[in-house]
Amino acid sequence: MKRLLSIELQKIWQNRASRVLTLTYFILLSSIALISSINFKFVGVDFRLADMGIYNFPFIWHFNTFIASQFKLFLAIIIVSMMANEYSNGTLKQNLIDGLNKREFIMSKFLTVVLFALASTAYLFIITLILGYSFSSYNETEIVFMDLEYLFAYFLKLVGFFSFCLFLGILVKRSAFALGFLFVWFIFEFVLIYMVRIPKTIYDFLPLESMYRLISQPFTRFKLYQTLESQVSGATQVRDYEVHLSTILTVMAWIVIFMLMSYKILKKRDL
Amino acid sequence: METILKIENLYKNYGAVKAVKNVSLEIKKGNVYGILGPNGSGKSTTLGIVLNVVNKTSGEYSWFGGKMETHEALKKVGAIIERPNFYPYMTAEQNLKLVCKIKGTNYAKIHEKLEIVGLLDRKNSKFRTFSLGMKQRLAIASALLNDPEILILDEPTNGLDPQGIRQIRDIINLIASQGTTILLASHLLDEVEKVCSHVLILRKGEILYSGEVGGMNSKDGFFELISDNLSDLKVALEQHPAIENTSEENGKITAFTNTNLEASELNRYLASKNIFLNHLVKRKHSLEEQFLELTKNN
Repeated sequence: MKRLLSIELQKIWQNRASRVLTLTYFILLSSIALISSINFKFVGVDFRLADMGIYNFPFIWHFNTFIASQFKLFLAIIIVSMMANEYSNGTLKQNLIDGLNKREFIMSKFLTVVLFALASTAYLFIITLILGYSFSSYNETEIVFMDLEYLFAYFLKLVGFFSFCLFLGILVKRSAFALGFLFVWFIFEFVLIYMVRIPKTIYDFLPLESMYRLISQPFTRFKLYQTLESQVSGATQVRDYEVHLSTILTVMAWIVIFMLMSYKILKKRDL
Repeated sequence: METILKIENLYKNYGAVKAVKNVSLEIKKGNVYGILGPNGSGKSTTLGIVLNVVNKTSGEYSWFGGKMETHEALKKVGAIIERPNFYPYMTAEQNLKLVCKIKGTNYAKIHEKLEIVGLLDRKNSKFRTFSLGMKQRLAIASALLNDPEILILDEPTNGLDPQGIRQIRDIINLIASQGTTILLASHLLDEVEKVCSHVLILRKGEILYSGEVGGMNSKDGFFELISDNLSDLKVALEQHPAIENTSEENGKITAFTNTNLEASELNRYLASKNIFLNHLVKRKHSLEEQFLELTKNN
């Protein structure tokens, strides 16, 4: 396992473009902290987001994981292009000739994906702790470590999304087309859900939708939003923000499916 | 002698195209094998199959007597296929380190192998800055990293300039002289003739000849003769029992023999008939002529 990881990490780290993108990604993750300094005037009153309760434990876990998962496209670009480059440089063929088998090849990519997701999660955990302890109104340990399932959902969401990208890279062989395919797929799911209006029992199982649903949007959980809502409509709507086991299982199933299909494709193809 | 690779009745179809038809081959340790064939004759496909990158349609192959799985066996094989495939953004040394990781060997050999192919002073240059000749030499260094039991080279001099071809051939000769088994696929005949002991000739995926290079050459040769009176010469030649037939072309008579006939013997015979020659050359079919003969559309 160490060997497979070290092979893939060398490929990524010695490529300047992917090194820059990786660093950019982690810097962007840190930028979540900058949200705290956002000030704006609303009806003549000064608002500072940090004081609005978004950094309160345990809500901060939900908020930060949701925001952080928006940056995942940066790493996805690396993953897709590293896979596509293996085709265009002929190095996939050479790796196999040198004695890597096709299963090991996929494994080395997948392990890297998991490592990226783990690193992002650990990094986010630390940032969130720092932000939370700086701004949260509650610092009691049992409150601080409540709702950690969002962190797990974040990890799974990244692994799922990257697995999808990896599969597309293997399927399409060209990074631009693979990213294009990803976008087309996103639109396809959007059309199915909002225009064809397929039933929820079905669209819950779509890959991108199930990944999205792992962490539901946190904005309607704001006190500010809820105050506004109750003033406008007279009551607050009850929403479900939980991480559901069924969604977790769906995403896990997709990860397995993507990896197995990747292996099948690679096995069938003449290089 | 130990068998390194055995191929039995291998077939490969790309849709309706039959790229490899019933190819069988046995490679024994210590020999240098050549696979000869025009472009598109199935050389690279055959090598691709045994190297685990192309799926066979039917047939069998086994490495080292079938004792290990293909990808494990490939760690004891050094192979380069068609063009050098490396990561363009890595240096020569970094690329070789990656190969070491895949093959599970240590980095100690990198220096030695770069020295053999004469790239030591460029080890810190990125692969994409290399000329084609240098890329090909790096590929050979990479194939040698694990001190392989067999070195497989597919068109190693393709697209190189004369100096580049010379360098590659010198390296191949050096490796062959150290007793490494080599399998060399090429459409260049003199290349195969110069280094190989055994040859397999393919055309349209089928084997036309398989055996020793010397065996191909054992056909009887022919004479080229010129004298002042060609018609007398022709009559006299046709009376000689060892001459099978003659032909006249460009003021020159070519006489084909059916047994081994020495030039001096023929000269003495013709002198006894009062025919004196201006020109007498004994020739054997070169591998190239035999190859063209064999691969003619028959």
